[in-house]
Amino acid sequence: MNLYAIRAIYVFEMARTGRTLMQSIASPILTTALYFIVFGAAIGSRMGEIDGISYASFIIPGLMMLSLLGESISNASFGIYFPKFTGTSYELLSAPVSAFEIVIGFVGAAATKSVLIGLLILVTARFFVDYQIIHPVWMVTFLLLTALTFSMFGFIIGLWADDFQKLQIIPMMIITPLTFLGGAFYSINMLPPFWQKVTLFNPVVYLISGFRWSFYGIADVNVGISIAMILVFMLLCLSGIWLIFRTGYRLKS
Amino acid sequence: MDPIISIRNVSKVFPSGLRALNDINLDIRRGEIFALLGPNGAGKTTLISTICGIVTASAGTITVDGHDIVSDYRAARSKIGLVPQELATAAFESVLPQMNFSRGLFGKPADAAHIEKVLRDLSLWDKRNAKIITLSGGMKRRVLIAKALSHEPEVLFLDEPTAGVDVELRHDMWQMVRELRERGVTIILTTHYIEEAEEMADRIGVINGGEIKVVEEKTVLMNKLGKKQLTLTLQQTLSQIPAGLANYPLELSPEGDVLIYTFDVQKEHTGIPELLRELGRHGIDFKDLHSSQSSLEEIFVSLVKESA
Repeated sequence: MNLYAIRAIYVFEMARTGRTLMQSIASPILTTALYFIVFGAAIGSRMGEIDGISYASFIIPGLMMLSLLGESISNASFGIYFPKFTGTSYELLSAPVSAFEIVIGFVGAAATKSVLIGLLILVTARFFVDYQIIHPVWMVTFLLLTALTFSMFGFIIGLWADDFQKLQIIPMMIITPLTFLGGAFYSINMLPPFWQKVTLFNPVVYLISGFRWSFYGIADVNVGISIAMILVFMLLCLSGIWLIFRTGYRLKS
Repeated sequence: MDPIISIRNVSKVFPSGLRALNDINLDIRRGEIFALLGPNGAGKTTLISTICGIVTASAGTITVDGHDIVSDYRAARSKIGLVPQELATAAFESVLPQMNFSRGLFGKPADAAHIEKVLRDLSLWDKRNAKIITLSGGMKRRVLIAKALSHEPEVLFLDEPTAGVDVELRHDMWQMVRELRERGVTIILTTHYIEEAEEMADRIGVINGGEIKVVEEKTVLMNKLGKKQLTLTLQQTLSQIPAGLANYPLELSPEGDVLIYTFDVQKEHTGIPELLRELGRHGIDFKDLHSSQSSLEEIFVSLVKESA
């Protein structure tokens, strides 16, 4: 195991975060603060409680997930796409590192960053609304698993993308809609029965539901299923990455 | 002595069907400077990329210091430093963190003293905190070389190191390459500048169309293929070469004032004394004479033409 290489990649990626502090930390926090002001303070005060939780508190887990998914994907995808774009990936490919080590470095850094952002959002939320976390250990578990899984997913997108548009298209066209329709802002029980069934095909529903359960003990779907879904998706991403490195797809000829 | 790099029957066919390397067999000796010459698209970069693990060979085996580059890639790759042809740099990073990054990537613990030495040798120490994007092209080239040397490689690949580099930096680099060789580093360079190979290399390989055409000691190559010419500037112009000199490979310039005699350096007898006596017998006086040997460039062009 080339631990020095893992550390080098991790430090390099985290340094990138440091260089782009405004874009990578300030911007997601500002966006979330705006959500809290609009949906929490302004609109939320006119909404009824959901399952005994005030609307502003209800949306916190969903908002965190929204940022977590978006940030994990964009960090990890950009992290591996940029060296391909500039040509510096020659160094990664010619170094005595295994695919596994490269993934740990990039995905680890991307996940670290999105967990940090998630926690910062939680702190920011404190200024606007009250909330409690009933299952803190599960909350952290969900946070870590989701960050890791979606960082891996982002890594795959970054490997697959061969232009900047492709880098944006999956987060924008798929992940954002799935999150908005995945119960970030509502309980799926509020949907008509037909759409309640349809929405169960949206994997993000399970993430948000499980995450919200760790906060308030209420869930749209069984928590066990939520965890199982994350693990399944994680395995899918892992095998995707394994396949990519084995075949050298988009990396080498 | 066993070779540091051993390439056996290596071929590379790209998915497009392009056969970039065709059954390459080549040994690189420990501690030598090996120059790989060839026109654009000959396969130089593909060959280097294959050895370094960036391109996967379609067939054949390569070992670096006895380690197979596929089954034992960690040991093989950690001995290699690669300076790519393109100026691919992490533009927004500073020089020093990039050095530490490269060293770590190649599995070495941090070593501030070594990094400082490499940067000083390449006159980069003053720029250590500069963002790479702010550096000139020549400086970026130095950064790439410094990165390749950050992990103390035993083999250094320089892919067109002096392309687009000014004369001064080019001489600096030649100097650096010689110093590295004195420290026992094996150097493989590709170049378009034949004078560079002529100046630096111990051995020269010519590659064209994905095949190694010639591998030879530089001096042997130049002797073997080199032709010498004796140029005689005449006192009086001639309208034609006298019939008595027909046995000699002579050329008369269109103005009739210069005679060029081509001879092979390998032959024991150059034929020059006889020629000069013959000229005297025909009453041809000359006011100047000089001989010149064909350069590597001319040899190279003739080789590439031959194989085309």
